[in-house]
Amino acid sequence: MSRRTLLRGAALGAGAVALPSLLAACSSGPNGITMGSNASDAVPKKAFAEAFQAYEKKSKKKVTVNTVNHENFQENINRYLQGSPDDVFMWFAGNRMQYFAQKGLLTDISDLWRGFDGFSEALKKQSTGLDGKQYLVPYYYYPWAVFHRKSVFQEKGYDIPKTFDQYRALAEQMQKDGLVPFAFGDKDGWPAMGTFDYLNMRANGYDFHIALMSGQKAWNSPQVKQVFDLWRGLMPYHQKGANGRTWQEAAQALAQKKAGMTVLGLPHPGQQFSAADREDLDFFPFPEIDPAHGQDAVEAPIDGFLMSKKAKDKDGAKDLLTFLATPKAEDIYLRSDPNNVAVNSGADTAAYTPLQKKAVQLVSGARQISQFMDRDTRPDFASTVMIQAIQQFLSAPDDIDGLVNDIERQKKQIFSAK
Amino acid sequence: MPNTRARRAGRPGPRRHTRRDLVVLGALLGIPILLDLALIWGPTLASVGLSFTTWDGIGDIQWAGLKNYDNLFTNYPQFWPAVRHNLLWLVFLGLLAAPFGLLLAVLIDRGVRFSRFYQSTLYMPVVLSLAVVGFIAQLILSRDQGAVNAVIGGRNPTDWLGNPGLNIWMVLLAACWRHTGYVMILYLAGLKSVDPGLKEAAALDGASERQAFFRVVLPTLRPVNVIVGVITVIESLRAFDIVYAINKGRNGLELLSVLVTDNIIGEASRIGFGSAIAVVLLLVSLGFIVTYLVQELRGEQQR
Repeated sequence: MSRRTLLRGAALGAGAVALPSLLAACSSGPNGITMGSNASDAVPKKAFAEAFQAYEKKSKKKVTVNTVNHENFQENINRYLQGSPDDVFMWFAGNRMQYFAQKGLLTDISDLWRGFDGFSEALKKQSTGLDGKQYLVPYYYYPWAVFHRKSVFQEKGYDIPKTFDQYRALAEQMQKDGLVPFAFGDKDGWPAMGTFDYLNMRANGYDFHIALMSGQKAWNSPQVKQVFDLWRGLMPYHQKGANGRTWQEAAQALAQKKAGMTVLGLPHPGQQFSAADREDLDFFPFPEIDPAHGQDAVEAPIDGFLMSKKAKDKDGAKDLLTFLATPKAEDIYLRSDPNNVAVNSGADTAAYTPLQKKAVQLVSGARQISQFMDRDTRPDFASTVMIQAIQQFLSAPDDIDGLVNDIERQKKQIFSAK
Repeated sequence: MPNTRARRAGRPGPRRHTRRDLVVLGALLGIPILLDLALIWGPTLASVGLSFTTWDGIGDIQWAGLKNYDNLFTNYPQFWPAVRHNLLWLVFLGLLAAPFGLLLAVLIDRGVRFSRFYQSTLYMPVVLSLAVVGFIAQLILSRDQGAVNAVIGGRNPTDWLGNPGLNIWMVLLAACWRHTGYVMILYLAGLKSVDPGLKEAAALDGASERQAFFRVVLPTLRPVNVIVGVITVIESLRAFDIVYAINKGRNGLELLSVLVTDNIIGEASRIGFGSAIAVVLLLVSLGFIVTYLVQELRGEQQR
């Protein structure tokens, strides 16, 4: 190779490095609204596309959707929002929205909220930043509960447990009947958080849960130890080897009638059931532990839309958000993805499956709604401390003191950093 | 070229460069140096600097002194296991995979039957990226649906990849599967270049086969040994994709590179803290790089 071709090659290489970022910089043109989407799975992707098409037809504006793989979208959100974000993007309610609002990366949409209709106070609270302004247009939610198969419960004559003692007794009975009581997989790190949240909210109440998540309560307090203690008592009934199993594999154990129950969110188990079996899927609310707290709290993560601070087409973005806040926009989505529930009280529930109807009842009857551990606390704490801590607990459930002290020390460190 | 040399010999004194020489030299040396500074030294020094700060990737950068390091050594449960695992990778690949690769190379070089077949089979995994090896490992070792458990059967299947005491060994085996082939091909090339006359001479001098191998053949393979050593160190320090593909490098598979990623990539980045881990990884790598360079430079002087 001559020197000249080498240099030419180097120049081309440098161009190849620089080109994608240049292209990305021009991607959001003046005409049309851009939408950053994390809905990379086929079902939600199609459902969202239909909702956006309906808007395009109605407003004669163009919506350009940039879909990114769900996990990657989350991992890169920081750089995404500081770089050249889309006008509107999909995100989550609660702490994870507040964090970016606080950093000044979102546009305040309180003015739109004044015109919104059909959203409950609880929803408004979840869409509000720490400064009291609204930043999120909620779109759908999905409650967490204890899922099971109707036919298995009928066949074996199981009753729905109301209290923790009944829950444990049922688990024991299932084990005698040759079933794994709880299908369980935590390879991805987050699914087990749902069980922790429910144990904590039932034993210590919603307020304690939120205070714990926001760093105000100590993790080595007797209350948290009790939660892990209760959980340890249930461990013999859980499917073994949870850290090596994905939630999809766990849900399959339920679908195949190898397991009796599982704690997951509404969209999860159904995806692993065949269409014929989906009718057979049912759930009950997580049982009561302390009568003082009953079954008041329901874990129901809310997903929605945010407007970035750097939005180019601000009017268009607000217009799109206004459309997405209408019941009609939610109906169009849910027609293609029946695994979630609309947040707007005006949404058409006639086409709901029995499971969806039950989910609406569960949430509307709830006195408090939590968002899930990784949405109720700081994301860096959830991802660098809690995922590892819970996995450690699952493989060695006996050293609770050491575990909670470890968590508390790291919590202090992370929450003291700004 | 001979022309200039002749001139220089005739007229001792400082070398002269024309303006054009200087421009060419400046461009040829300057561009790589600039690239090197911008792409390698810049980020490295930035990491070192950031490791003394707390920064979340959005707000202001605040000086934190040695707090990150203190926190890292005393208060981060994943850190010491990660260091241990990194060293285990080095030892395992260096003391097991590499010698095994050498053994295979010697056997194949001897011309066992079907050696071509073995050679290509053993070399095959090398074309796969470690992430792909990770996916294959999952297919084979998954607790509920893996091939191994299906064959072994039993009512209580082994959790090869979920048990934190077991999964690191499984991953090391999977990594060896690839590394052995790599080492083998390097040694094969080296063995082909050993002068058969040397072996004959050794045999004439009454050396046993083992003596001939260890005293004659292996020393002539010194350049290959160095390359294999360097590659082994690089492979084990940059190990990341296989454990990340399996379970994001958690629950028994922690590595320094994974901890760096965990802290820096994500919604709320602990960039200062992650940089401190990166600096530790840099220091470990520097240890090996300096040792290697010192050895090489010494070798150069002796030659």
